[in-house]
Amino acid sequence: MEIAKDCFYTKEHEWARIKGNTAYVGITDYAQASLGDITFVGLPKAGDAIKQTEFSATVESVKAASDVYAPLSGKVTAVNKDLAAHPELVNKSPYDKGYFFVMEFSNPGEKANLMDEAAYRSYVEGLSK
Amino acid sequence: MEALDTGTLKKTPLCETHVSMGAKMAPFGGWLMPIQYDGILAEHAHTRNEVSVFDICHMGEFLIEADPVSSGLDRVVTQTIVSMPIGSCRYGFILNEIGGILDDLIVYRMKDKSWMIVVNAATIASDEKHFLKNMTGKYSFKNVSDETGKLDVQGPKSKEILLSIFGDGINSLKYYTFKEFLLWGERCIVSRTGYTGELGYEIYIPASRVVELWNLLLKDKRVKPVGLGARDTLRLEIGYPLYGHDLDAMHTPLEASFDRFVDLTKDFIGKSALLEEKKNGLKENLISFKSETRRSPRNGFGIFLEGRRIGTVTSGSFSPSLSVGIGMGYVSEKLEIGAQITVKEGAVEIPATIVKKPFYNKTSL
Repeated sequence: MEIAKDCFYTKEHEWARIKGNTAYVGITDYAQASLGDITFVGLPKAGDAIKQTEFSATVESVKAASDVYAPLSGKVTAVNKDLAAHPELVNKSPYDKGYFFVMEFSNPGEKANLMDEAAYRSYVEGLSK
Repeated sequence: MEALDTGTLKKTPLCETHVSMGAKMAPFGGWLMPIQYDGILAEHAHTRNEVSVFDICHMGEFLIEADPVSSGLDRVVTQTIVSMPIGSCRYGFILNEIGGILDDLIVYRMKDKSWMIVVNAATIASDEKHFLKNMTGKYSFKNVSDETGKLDVQGPKSKEILLSIFGDGINSLKYYTFKEFLLWGERCIVSRTGYTGELGYEIYIPASRVVELWNLLLKDKRVKPVGLGARDTLRLEIGYPLYGHDLDAMHTPLEASFDRFVDLTKDFIGKSALLEEKKNGLKENLISFKSETRRSPRNGFGIFLEGRRIGTVTSGSFSPSLSVGIGMGYVSEKLEIGAQITVKEGAVEIPATIVKKPFYNKTSL
């Protein structure tokens, strides 16, 4: 299982790659592997306000639909349009081509609620025990 | 994630094999079954284009020795069996007195008075009771589900694979017929039937030899193992019903539009209820619908017509062959092909169109 070094993580298996006050957001390799083949991604719109730990997107696999929560609070600035026709990018490239959206976050203090790579790795290892 | 309590679940002889091959396992009908190996989409495509093997040992088999009329067997099932040729099989139902479907099943005529009946895994015990309660006089009934292994081999290349294992006898098997073969000295039954819409076969072999047959099939690199996840998307694309979802004791075969598997010229349990229903009109209808997006309708979603709720989805999935959502469900109104509905649950709203079954018809069947 791959865990990107340059991201921060939630317990619900979302990642945020933070640069300045923007963040790319997606779901982790662990999440895509548990979901299986992803067939649809429901994204927010640019301009939508989202809140840390609250609903931000939907991801559907053949067997189930799951909510994706915002890792930080702020405003969506762009979404990954490629996912409309190619949701399988989330399976193939969860930390790169399969990102969900880009956001501007408003409260840098919220970063403290996220895990770094090492903390997320031990969290996930704990789940499979 | 919670640990799966697998202690109370039944396991097929292939359970350890599935785990060692990396399958994702999950409960189905009281059994611990493989849901997927490589991924549902890849397994689905492999079955449509090549050939796949499915572990179906969980399903039930009954062996019955009986005169169909004097034993009452003919009254228990809805399909015509008295005139069935030996070596043929036929799909149908067992019903309760009010016409509700207790199970869907396939009857195999082995000899003049010798039958094999193949039933769903979750209903083995209740079906057995139903047969025993309703048969009379001189007959024998054996539930051989535990000692019978079953593998389904499905896909356009399935015939080549079966020819290499069972020989030329496979050539003359027509759709819904079967033959007995000897493999390693064991009696096997191979029928040209299946649940994928593709050319395919179902193989019955003693449970003690099923792992060997599985391994032999997979020795041919064209064959891949496929789990119940793709089995579900494959059957739904053809419009085959799943018992417990699209068929249940709350609905009749007429409501499910399966009239052709019900012989109203003979007597059977539930017939008077069906005749009554024909006279008074159906309460509900099983419809098939297709959406224009990749979004999946799911079991339990509401079906709406012009804002009014008229029914509930019983099967819904992303269709791997069509790349859109498809589903079936019961509605309380008669809808024409082409009618527009909305399938809804919470914030999810999926516009859909009523279509004819099958959803997908470019198969090798």
